[in-house]
Amino acid sequence: MMSSRLLPFYATVVICVLAYAVCVFQFPNMLSTRVLGNLLTDNAFLGIAAVGMTFVILSGGIDLSVGSVIGFTGVLIAVLISWYGVHPLAAFFIALVIATAFGAVMGAVIHYLDVPAFIVTLAGMFLARGMAFVITTESIPIKHEFYSTLSGLFVRMPGGGRITFIGGLMVLVFVAGIMLAHFTRFGSYVYAIGGNKVSAELMGVPVARTTIAIYALSGFLSGLAGIVFSLYTSAGYSLSAVGVELDTIAAVVIGGTLLTGGVGLVAGTFVGVIIQGIIQTYIVFDGTLSSWWTKIVVGLLLFAFIALQRLLVVLSARKGSLRGAIP
Amino acid sequence: MSEPEPRLVAKGICKSFLGFKALDNVDFSIRSGEIHALLGENGAGKSTLIKVLTGVVKADSGVIVLNGEPVAVRDTLHAQQLGIGTVYQEVNLLPNLTVAENLYIGRQPKRFGLVDARSMRRQARALLAQYDISIDVSAQLSSFSVAVQQLIAIARAVDMSGAVLVLDEPTASLDSHEVELLFAVMRKLRARGIGIIFITHFLDQVYAVSDRITVLRNGRVMGTHESKLLSKVELVSLMLGRTLAAATEHGRRLAPAASERKISFGQFGRARSIAPFDLTIGAGEVVGVAGLLGSGRTETARLMFGVDMPDSGSIEIEGRPVRIASPRAAIRFGFGLCPEDRKADGIIGDLSVRENIALALQARHGWFKRMSTREQTDLATRFVKALDIRTTDIEKPVKLLSGGNQQKVILARWLATQPRFLILDEPTRGIDVGAHAEIIELINRLCDDGLALVVISSEIEEIVAYSTRVRVIRDRVHVGELTGNDISTGNIMRAIAQEGAAQ
Repeated sequence: MMSSRLLPFYATVVICVLAYAVCVFQFPNMLSTRVLGNLLTDNAFLGIAAVGMTFVILSGGIDLSVGSVIGFTGVLIAVLISWYGVHPLAAFFIALVIATAFGAVMGAVIHYLDVPAFIVTLAGMFLARGMAFVITTESIPIKHEFYSTLSGLFVRMPGGGRITFIGGLMVLVFVAGIMLAHFTRFGSYVYAIGGNKVSAELMGVPVARTTIAIYALSGFLSGLAGIVFSLYTSAGYSLSAVGVELDTIAAVVIGGTLLTGGVGLVAGTFVGVIIQGIIQTYIVFDGTLSSWWTKIVVGLLLFAFIALQRLLVVLSARKGSLRGAIP
Repeated sequence: MSEPEPRLVAKGICKSFLGFKALDNVDFSIRSGEIHALLGENGAGKSTLIKVLTGVVKADSGVIVLNGEPVAVRDTLHAQQLGIGTVYQEVNLLPNLTVAENLYIGRQPKRFGLVDARSMRRQARALLAQYDISIDVSAQLSSFSVAVQQLIAIARAVDMSGAVLVLDEPTASLDSHEVELLFAVMRKLRARGIGIIFITHFLDQVYAVSDRITVLRNGRVMGTHESKLLSKVELVSLMLGRTLAAATEHGRRLAPAASERKISFGQFGRARSIAPFDLTIGAGEVVGVAGLLGSGRTETARLMFGVDMPDSGSIEIEGRPVRIASPRAAIRFGFGLCPEDRKADGIIGDLSVRENIALALQARHGWFKRMSTREQTDLATRFVKALDIRTTDIEKPVKLLSGGNQQKVILARWLATQPRFLILDEPTRGIDVGAHAEIIELINRLCDDGLALVVISSEIEEIVAYSTRVRVIRDRVHVGELTGNDISTGNIMRAIAQEGAAQ
């Protein structure tokens, strides 16, 4: 791989390390495994959804339904468990099947009707949010033994930090995502479609199947993120996770993935999620800053990264034309 | 007679698009171990024929026989399975993937269910070694020159095919050294018994590498010849044809009396586009521009109209130097350009005849001074009558008109701005013979009215019919000019084929 393609990723890593160093410099307490553990736990649902978003964006698409699907899944699970007495595992299964099918249908519409992903998933966003409201507009608490066991699970790190079940799950999803992206044919198809759909088709890439699978994967991971979110809050609420899709898109772009598709790393998205977490933690430690500062900093970072990527594209184009001129 | 066994035979192929016959009863065959050049101007049907052979489009009728067995090619994947590999005009690879991934995508070797990247790289290196390419196959494709990418595309196509290889303009972006490299590979493949179909616009390359030549023109096969037995002039006349109806022959136009109203371009040029040229054109003159496709005809037009910026040169209008930095500026000086591809660059299909005609004039007025509908209607009615545009109604969307009438609408649009200098790029392309004669008649009339015209055309007889002077362009250089009695189809063709008739 050409190093300039990976430059945004390296930049993200450097920024992440710098940001953490700044935090530790100001609040020495932040240098602890407790903070690290919380970083994973607090951002678990965001990270899981962001893995799905990474695949979608790598393929040159976008999925705006992520936040709504998380909200919908949370409400569905809460209602199934609290009102109908369904076992949490069964509720998880049902929720995941619905979320996956929802994504697959969006993928099919995008491919076969040749409608921009933006429009289709925008419709999906309203649809999923609407369905959540139809189920109930109230916040439903989940009280189930299995639930408290699951959310109580953790592995202790040296220094007293805890890797909780959901934090660990996020790390596992990232590892699986990296394997999928770089070591399977599906992964190479995703990059191929993001690089150039027409070429990919002429080269024999199964574009239809892959597109459907990409959005199904994003749906599945949004569903999983919904489950994690309900474990995290022990409740289901139809208004929860509004706008999370935008946070995941931010994490993906800050992680060095090109919004136009074809270039990027799943690992970058992990760093992108952690950067957002670090900023939030800093604000909590500071105590006087409004939590909206997170959004402001994330906004600035996004600008910086989009500018950086644009610059790299222009530079590499210039280099390419030079190379073309001199044989 | 011991004819070599044909690899692939296409018989009686017909294909129409919306009533337009792109291929008309085409017979084409390629032998094993042969490089077969497929030639023709744009729109002659080359790419349609290739698309039929590789399963991108389906023929309306006709049969394809591969290795003695009739086949029905379903899609590109099926064509690959049948052993027909294609390298399309633009390099159709994925610049964001590695070289090895590009070579093996969709058929990567697997180990424990995962892609075995190591053995994929090993196979890729071995494959490229056959072409004397030793590069880092785990590097991104985009980090290599277009030539190497082209060779990688070929390596992939050959690896997947093995019977017939189609190369659609593979040399368009290569320099001469890279072309030699490609030719060496092609000769190697020929020795292996692969039939190669080679499409190009460069005649020298055709003679350098091909065994036989098939020329297509207007969807028909004009003949298949041994390359050795076909002279360049014969080839050019096959490609450009001599079939234009004699109806347009009015006898030679006389050069008008020298006019004061002159536009002159001095040493106008742009690197990698067209070498610097001088051109002076006076009112009432028609300068025909002849040359093969890709020779720099359209580039000349774009440069003169300010679409592309010249690297060098100056413009003088009636003796005053001016600067033209954009088409808008050009329009202000009374220039107009009817582009080659009227569907893409000229008409706006969904707008009505009236709106299309009023467009350029409205643009010159500025958007804040809207022309009233009545003004527009008057204007449109006048031109519909003057140019004999056949439409039932001036409110009809332009896309519903025939090609010839669409062309007249574009002409009307420019004439409405009362230009002094008009460039017409292929004004008669895709127009039936009747409308053809009318457009030529119109060009003659415009010229009588004192307009200065530059007309670019592939139809040499047409150029002969209306030009007062003829510019000949070859390989991005204005190589000569014919005037007066020197203007004849024979002289123009010889000049294009580089056998020195023009000074």
